Formats: sequence, structure tokens, C-alpha cells
Amino acid sequence: MESRIQHIFLAAIVAMGTLWVFPAAVAAPDPDELELEPLVVREPERREIDIDRLDKENFEFGLLGGMMSVEDFGSNTVVGARVAYHVTEDFFVEGQYGKTTLGETSFERLSGGAQILSDDERDMTYYNVSVGYNIFPGESFLGRGLAFKGSMYVVAGVGSTNFGGDDLFTINAGVGYRLIAKDWLAFHIDVRDHVFETDLLGAQETKHNIEFSGGVTLFF
Amino acid sequence: MNGRLVRYLGTRLLLALVCLFVAVSAQARVLDFFQTYQPEVVVSDPYIEMHTGPGRGYPVFYVAGQGDRIQILKQRTEWFKVRVPRGQRLQEGWVHVEQMRHTLDLEGNQIDFGKIALGDFARRRWELGLNGGDFGGAASITGYLGYALNKHITVQFEATQILGNFSDGLMASGNIVMYPFPEWRVSPYFTIGTGMIKTKPHTTIVQAEDRTDEIVHAGTGVNVYLSDRFILRMEYKRHTVLTSRDDNQEIDQWKAGFSIFF
Repeated sequence: MESRIQHIFLAAIVAMGTLWVFPAAVAAPDPDELELEPLVVREPERREIDIDRLDKENFEFGLLGGMMSVEDFGSNTVVGARVAYHVTEDFFVEGQYGKTTLGETSFERLSGGAQILSDDERDMTYYNVSVGYNIFPGESFLGRGLAFKGSMYVVAGVGSTNFGGDDLFTINAGVGYRLIAKDWLAFHIDVRDHVFETDLLGAQETKHNIEFSGGVTLFF
Repeated sequence: MNGRLVRYLGTRLLLALVCLFVAVSAQARVLDFFQTYQPEVVVSDPYIEMHTGPGRGYPVFYVAGQGDRIQILKQRTEWFKVRVPRGQRLQEGWVHVEQMRHTLDLEGNQIDFGKIALGDFARRRWELGLNGGDFGGAASITGYLGYALNKHITVQFEATQILGNFSDGLMASGNIVMYPFPEWRVSPYFTIGTGMIKTKPHTTIVQAEDRTDEIVHAGTGVNVYLSDRFILRMEYKRHTVLTSRDDNQEIDQWKAGFSIFF
């Protein structure tokens, strides 16, 4: 840029110098010569712009980890993965898979030895597909110097939970915050309720299971 | 043992669907992967607004003026990340598609920023959908992937998880779907298919064992075009389970859900 400015100045000085030395030559140029040498030739780029070929970053993939409280079975570590497709700036669809372990019920602990579930059945897995809506998108501030882009979101969906050896229809709903650290990197905090019905402990009951998780996702 | 198999298959199936989904969207870009396409355009209106992020909640922090050449870097939903010269530096920001319409290519031509509309369904290649509903009294969740042979006929692979109070199961099937009127906003369709169904009684039920049976089905449904790539889909299917017992079992399935097309 600087050198361009220098060139312009230089050109101006040379031009002024020429004017002063050869005023007649500049004042009366040969009309034929002028047409022969055009100043700058810029060939227009003939390619049409194809928006479909642009890099689109509507997918988000990541891992999550946290605590999940399973009614009657205590709280345990949960790990999982999530994939989201952002349809518009407001809506996204999301699939999530998670895995936790079931602790002992108070009955099992107090009875001294009775086991409701086998070791195998203590692994609980779930998957769900949900629709999410971004609410309160905007910048958040940390201290004076840091501004983060982010958004709260609400999600709700259906899925299946493998609980005590059976697959159960599960409704999930929750709220989370997505902090966009870079264009391609986001951090999540998520609180979700997984609701299913089971008769494992005698009567058919509705169980609420709260999951609290944090996660890292990549956009691609 | 069989329970584990069903679970194993279920998770693998979902994983496979997700992978396929990702692969499909990635496939188109494989060639462009190593040479990113970042075309230049010129602002034709007095100005366009640049936001700090891809959303209306992120503030406008810069405006590119008429005649500025801006380079389009990438797209997320309806936002474009652009780079403009600002003094001696380069400034990057996000511009909404409505504002991008105020730009021309370097030759001064209009650019088609594209808006997926109703008519694009007839030009779809892939369909991906999820729906839930009732399968003979049990809850069902279905994921499907369809490939359009032409605008009227789609071949479709479906995976359904059935979740009842007394048993659960998994159904996988191949289907042919016919759309007589793919251009209509409310478009009816017909489907036939065949597959396998695996049923597993719950652990609290005694004296019952897992079964795997063949299944054939026929159904009808309706697609309601919502916007962009979104379709609302409602369907009724009549399943015939070809059991090893004397009688075949008839099951009605009602479901509703969303689909995306590419």
C-alpha cells in the first residue's frame, strides 16, 4: 500500500517535471498514439458466482460429559456425543447419545445383598432426536475485555433409553447455553430432563431423570 | 443375549444413519475441499451491514460501502462470512443473505443467492427424516433415508424402534415411495415395503422369548412443505407380520414427523 502511494507521488512528480520541461509535447499529443496504448487492461472474470460451492458450516459435532441423576438409582457420570444440523439461525435438529451407570437403590443397600439389576443392566444408554430453538442470541461479557458470542437454546424431543435391560420410550426437554469461542468451536452447558415410564420397581411409574452436562462441539 | 444384539444393532443403525447423513452432505464438497471457493463480489447499494456473528443478536460493527469489493469466505445458515478491506487492514464479519442481495459480481451481474422453495422438492436427490407415532399401541420412533430415482419415485431405507409397555423391538425395512404430485405443497404419497422385525419382551414379563419375523407393509401419507428444506410428514401403514404361528399378525402404524431434503 505504502509503495503504491509512493508510486503515485513519484508519477505525479515525474508528470509535473515533464510538463515543465516539455510543455508543448504534453499539450499537443499525437491523437493516434493515445488510442494505441490503453492504460490498464483488466479482463473481467468470466465465471459466474455459484453460492452452492461455498463452504457451508451447518453441522455441529461434539462430545459431552457430566452428571446424570437417575430416579431411585443415584447420580453418576454421563458421557455422550451430539450431532446438530442448523437449519436456520433459529432452529436446529439434534441427535444425542449418552451412557451412564446406575447406582444402587436404597432398597438394595439396606436389604444387604439383594440386587434388582445384574451388572450388565447397570449400564444405561440413551439416544434421542430433538428440535432446538435458539433464544436470546447475542454477546455475553466476561469482565471488561472479553465478549463472547453465544445463545441460549431450548430443546425437546423423543428417543429411547435402555434402562435395566429394557428399551423405554423417552421424552427429553431441556435448556442450554452455547458459547461460540471461534467460528468452528463452541462450548455447551446443558440441563435436560429425560422422562420415561417403567415398572421395574413394581408399579408402572413415570421417572424424571435430570442430566447436567458440559460439552465441546466443532462446526463443519 | 438377544437383548444385547437388539441394542447393539439399534445403536449401530443410528450411527450408520448419522454417518450416511454426514457423508452425503460432505460428498458434494469433497472436490472443493482442498481449494476453498471464496468468490469476490461488489457492494452495489449504499452500504451493507456486517455483524460480529452469524445471527441478528450479534451487533453490527462495520458497514461496507458502495463499490467495496468483498470476499465471501463461507456460509452458515442464512449468514455469509465476508472479508472487506478496511483502510490498510482486512475486516471480517457476517452478513445476512438479504443484505448480500445488494451485491453484484465483478461484471455487474446479479448473483443468485438461492432460496430453497417448494419447487425444489421435485429436484431433490436425498431425503432424510425422523418421525414418531403409534405402532399397534406401542410408541415408535423411525429414522429414514431416501434416494430419489426421479421426481416421482424414491427408494427408502427405514429403521424403527418400537417401545411398548411389555416389549420392545426393532424393525428395518426397504420401501418404494411414489409421489404422484411432487410439486404440490400438500403432496400425497403411497408406499410399499418389506423387512424384518425383532421383538423382545420386557425383562419383567416371564415366559416369553425374542422373535424375529418377516414383515410386509403398505401405506399412504402426505407431505406438507413448510419452508427451506423442511417437510412435515404424516403417514399410515398397515403391517403384516409373517409369523411362524398359524396366523399372520396385522399391525396399524400412525406416525408424524419432519423430513429434510437435499
